[in-house]
Amino acid sequence: MKTKRRIEKSTIYILLIFFSLLFLAPFFWMLSTSVKSPEELYLFPPKWIPSTFEWSNFKEAWMSQPFNQFFMNTVIVTGMSTIGQLLSSSLVAYGFARFKFKGRDFLFIVLLSSMMIPWEVTMIPQYMEFNYLGWINTLKPLFVPSWFGAPFYIFLMRQFIMSIPKELDEAARMDGANPFQIYYKIYLPLMKPSLILVAVFNILTCWNDYLGPLVFLNDQSKYTLTLGLAQFKGMFGVDMEGIMAVTFLISIPPLILFFFAQRYIVEDTSRSGVKG
Amino acid sequence: MKPVYAAAAPVETIKKTKKRWDIIVPLLFIAPWIIGFLAFTLGPLLYSLFISFFDWPIVGEAKFIGLDNYKTMFTEDPLFWESLGVTVKFAALFVPLNIITSLFLAILLNQKVKGYSFFRTFFYLPSVISGVALAMIWAWVYNGEYGILNYFLSLIGVKGPDWLNNPNWALIAMVIASLWGQGTMMLIFLAGLKAIPGELYEAASIDGANKIQQFFKITIPMLTPTILFNLITTIISAFQQLTLALVLTGGGPLKSTYFYAMYVYENAFKYFKMGYSSANAWFMFVIVLVLTLIVFKSSSAWVYYEGEVKNK
Repeated sequence: MKTKRRIEKSTIYILLIFFSLLFLAPFFWMLSTSVKSPEELYLFPPKWIPSTFEWSNFKEAWMSQPFNQFFMNTVIVTGMSTIGQLLSSSLVAYGFARFKFKGRDFLFIVLLSSMMIPWEVTMIPQYMEFNYLGWINTLKPLFVPSWFGAPFYIFLMRQFIMSIPKELDEAARMDGANPFQIYYKIYLPLMKPSLILVAVFNILTCWNDYLGPLVFLNDQSKYTLTLGLAQFKGMFGVDMEGIMAVTFLISIPPLILFFFAQRYIVEDTSRSGVKG
Repeated sequence: MKPVYAAAAPVETIKKTKKRWDIIVPLLFIAPWIIGFLAFTLGPLLYSLFISFFDWPIVGEAKFIGLDNYKTMFTEDPLFWESLGVTVKFAALFVPLNIITSLFLAILLNQKVKGYSFFRTFFYLPSVISGVALAMIWAWVYNGEYGILNYFLSLIGVKGPDWLNNPNWALIAMVIASLWGQGTMMLIFLAGLKAIPGELYEAASIDGANKIQQFFKITIPMLTPTILFNLITTIISAFQQLTLALVLTGGGPLKSTYFYAMYVYENAFKYFKMGYSSANAWFMFVIVLVLTLIVFKSSSAWVYYEGEVKNK
């Protein structure tokens, strides 16, 4: 029995390590490529650790395009979108979680089903809408819609609010607080974990978004990082080490964010979700 | 009688105002979503249906043509069927593989192992950078001559194909790259696994059930709500797959990765056939809707909800 148990355990660890390597190898490959000299780039079998580290690759690749500008644009979009998203989604979530009104359940089902609508269907009218407003080739189409809340985040926050005991609002109402004050002064601070979770998700989504910028932006000066990187790859004579260097640089903020917020992502992602 | 009547009126008014506020206050809270939903989702959705009955170039007059766009796409446009085929093939590979691998990884993590949080982080890491960056990394991994994938294959004596330039392999390459970035699904499964009460397993092992029996009789049934959720989300995302193909292959080689979403996108923003593209998009919407409904309808047969009493 004991040997059987031991074999079982070792198999599990071997599998865990195997898959970890599988998930990490491409990252390592990116890093190693980004500091290679052109001579070592095209070697077979590949060299995992370059004989010389060309740190200047990063600066060269970054400076060869207006990546600073792209970076600023991305920061603006991500920041504006996330602030709006947090305020509106939490407000709406509170409305769905803490009030009883006619049509509430129907509206909530509408909200959930709207997550199913493919972006292709709304893309053209949205383009026309933003064009009419004069927003094409500005950053606005990329963040203004998130000021009106997003179904998934509203859903997550609503589930979170539902888990908070209701007695809190009753006590506050006795003290004469109005519904908005209850939301703002009592619930918002309590909702910190789910606010952080939504913020992280929203930041990652904005940072990584490609299709939005692709459809709504034309001028290079308005590009976000993903668009800049895709364009960079398409350029003639750009080498892999440069592309990998930029890929690595633009992945740093999401990676850092992930390490700090890991607890929230991992523990809260679905705690509030899936259970039927 | 009169005084009573007079006194009743104000109470009635107060009640009425209070009632009105009971409706207005909640509506104020959810107003942002309602406005956004009308302006950015429902409005565009309906408008897109409207446009789909027109010949609608980006500049110039729009012309009402009834169902012609739909007729053209079903009968005269081979690219429609070709791209639909690519997306269906992708979904048929990606959906089951994604469910199986993420469930497998979640079970592996759920084995009370040392270094649990490290392994979990490693498995989830690629999901953080998804999109263009992920595509860039894979473009290099898949390189036919110098990529590491073919290097690993050469170690076991296999000559790997030039993945992204080979019509037989490019779509499979996309499936693998997509699987790499699907950590969220794994986390959701992991949460589902953790929610299964340990007593169930204890009772089962006292009754002499082995690990495999426990897996099929406890784990899987208890996870069915989670599987349902993940299944629907994966189907929806599979049908919208586009970024990888745009960045990695541009739909090639020989249209082998020309996803339906790319077809819709190009009709709109490359050929500026707004009406036609809207018809394409609506067709996709209907497919996704029907698939989701089928999965939902079927779920009563295979999804087990705790606390639900089955009549047998």
